Amino acid sequence: MTKFIDLTLNGISTGAIYAAVALALVLIWRSTRVVNFAQGAMLMFTTFIASAVINSGGSYVLGFVVALASGFVLGAIVERGVVRRVENAPPLNAVILTLGLYTLLVAIAGMIWGNTPRSFPAAFSLHGYTVGGTTLLFTPNDTFIVLVVIAVAAALAFLFRATSLGLRMRGAAFSPEVARLLGVRVGRMLTLGWALAAMVGSLAGVLVAPSVFLGPNSFDPILIIGFVAAVLGGLDSPPGAVVGGLVLGLALSYVSGYEGASLVPLAALVILVIVLMFRPTGLFSATKERRV
Amino acid sequence: MTSRPLALFRGSTLLRSLAIVVVAGVVLYVVTDSLDSYRNLQLAYGGYYFCVLAGLTVLAGSSGQISLGQGAFMAVGAYAFCKLNAAPVAWSVFPSLVGAVVATVLVGIPVGAAASRLRGPYLAGATLAFAVGLPALADKFPAFLGGENGLSVNPPTPPSWLGTNFSLERWEAWIACAGALIVAFVLYNLTHSAVGRSWRAVRDDEIAASLSGLRVGRRQTLAFVISAACAGLGGGLLAAVLQLTSPGAFPLQLSLTLLAGVVIGGLGSLVGAVWGAALLVFLPNWTNDLANSFSLSGNVSHNLPIAIYGVVLIGAMLVWPSGIQGALRAIGRTIRPAIASGGGRAAPEPAADKAEPANDEEVKASQP
Repeated sequence: MTKFIDLTLNGISTGAIYAAVALALVLIWRSTRVVNFAQGAMLMFTTFIASAVINSGGSYVLGFVVALASGFVLGAIVERGVVRRVENAPPLNAVILTLGLYTLLVAIAGMIWGNTPRSFPAAFSLHGYTVGGTTLLFTPNDTFIVLVVIAVAAALAFLFRATSLGLRMRGAAFSPEVARLLGVRVGRMLTLGWALAAMVGSLAGVLVAPSVFLGPNSFDPILIIGFVAAVLGGLDSPPGAVVGGLVLGLALSYVSGYEGASLVPLAALVILVIVLMFRPTGLFSATKERRV
Repeated sequence: MTSRPLALFRGSTLLRSLAIVVVAGVVLYVVTDSLDSYRNLQLAYGGYYFCVLAGLTVLAGSSGQISLGQGAFMAVGAYAFCKLNAAPVAWSVFPSLVGAVVATVLVGIPVGAAASRLRGPYLAGATLAFAVGLPALADKFPAFLGGENGLSVNPPTPPSWLGTNFSLERWEAWIACAGALIVAFVLYNLTHSAVGRSWRAVRDDEIAASLSGLRVGRRQTLAFVISAACAGLGGGLLAAVLQLTSPGAFPLQLSLTLLAGVVIGGLGSLVGAVWGAALLVFLPNWTNDLANSFSLSGNVSHNLPIAIYGVVLIGAMLVWPSGIQGALRAIGRTIRPAIASGGGRAAPEPAADKAEPANDEEVKASQP
């Protein structure tokens, strides 16, 4: 029973991280119809920047803020600099372009910081809470992770639903021409969408880094499962991304705890296939009419 | 002007492709004799990469489906080949390769049927999970699939009638290139037949295609299974050439590299698959050589090849979004009229001939 509770709590905290990565992918998909395979490398890069700040004497909070800020800037640069030029090209070109970006960022990080994974400080203690004599695997840092992801998801929901900026961003993504006619600076909105998404991604990087260590390739599995979570929830739906992340976090935690960690990728595949067989566009997607 | 055999040759896709395959076979026979063993081995690598890329380029280019899971189909083919070729079964190389293709088709049918329900990024996500998840099976059944260490087979022995000093590498190059030629022949004929046309119809407009009586799901499943079979053959050839297969040989990066090779070579074109295969064989060596030619610190020189690879991917998409073959076609289109008007004697081609310029070029370019 303790094991079950441990696995559940662990699943919630890893699920929160998958949810953050999935949110980053969904935001980019909604604004530019690009699946950003470079997301994993982008959040790796910003986490390395945070690590450099902390190692040179900055506080954790400063490193955290620097990571988010650099994620925002990196997202804007990537959209403005390269992705804009393939937005109207065939979808595969954007896929290859983001794969190229991924490769380049991994290589640059390796050049600057080396390929040996290094440790990254956690915000709070990594010793589990003690309840009635037994020590749970859930730590104060996990609480921090879950709360931060909830706060970010709530802030994004507020931005998109309740502010004029969010309305303009949705308009620019939904119907660029009409939005442009109504005076929305569509290009800027797309850049802002990427910047916000990259910021959410860099948040996930800082949160997960203490448990996976920090190396050029150490976030690849998280990106893959985050992508699966986004597809599971429906790529168009931010709530879907959060639910998909939590579902996968819990399910994979049980699989890894009861059946062994090597089955995790296979379990992710099975879950995804089962869900997509019944809902080919994810759990939370709106039904689309097809035009002849 | 044209004689009757030539007209027949131009009219029949089957004869034309057969002639190309025969010519290419003869060229390979001559070329492999003069290559050293390392180059022959590289040719063998190119052969199995071509099989996979050709299948993927038909899938993505003609049928319009994305697959990030070709590496997993290669793994199926490679493992099936090793199981059939190694001790208890001990079939010889060619039946084992056929078995590898059959095994991949059996896996490809349910996956393709599932894939035909998915579109765009959802298909990408599902095939990505397939590429990551399937190699994990080897860990689950260590007794049957060899776990992390994988399976190994004996090197294929050249038949005795080829002479005693016929090198192993040359024989491997022959096997891989024979597979590549068969794949090229089958796919060329398929894409130029009613099947290929139905794929393109489904790709361009699913609803229009289904209104004209095509069963969209079945067509897409067929394309997926055929591309899986090509990947399975490629994987079987890989196992035959390397005499080894393990989960580590089929990481996600392999699937992504294959997709990159297809797009950079030129999507939808079999000649593009040749460029892509050449790129996959030579680019790692070139970038390594280039990185080593500068005297740099450890971290930088170790990562420079990866950085160059990334820059090539990004640059290719920004500069030649239609890939190498697309760029060559564009060059050909600008040069050809210039030659025709410069020479002055070439009669203007009839419009009917111009209807399929792409195919003409494919014929010419696939000969070397």
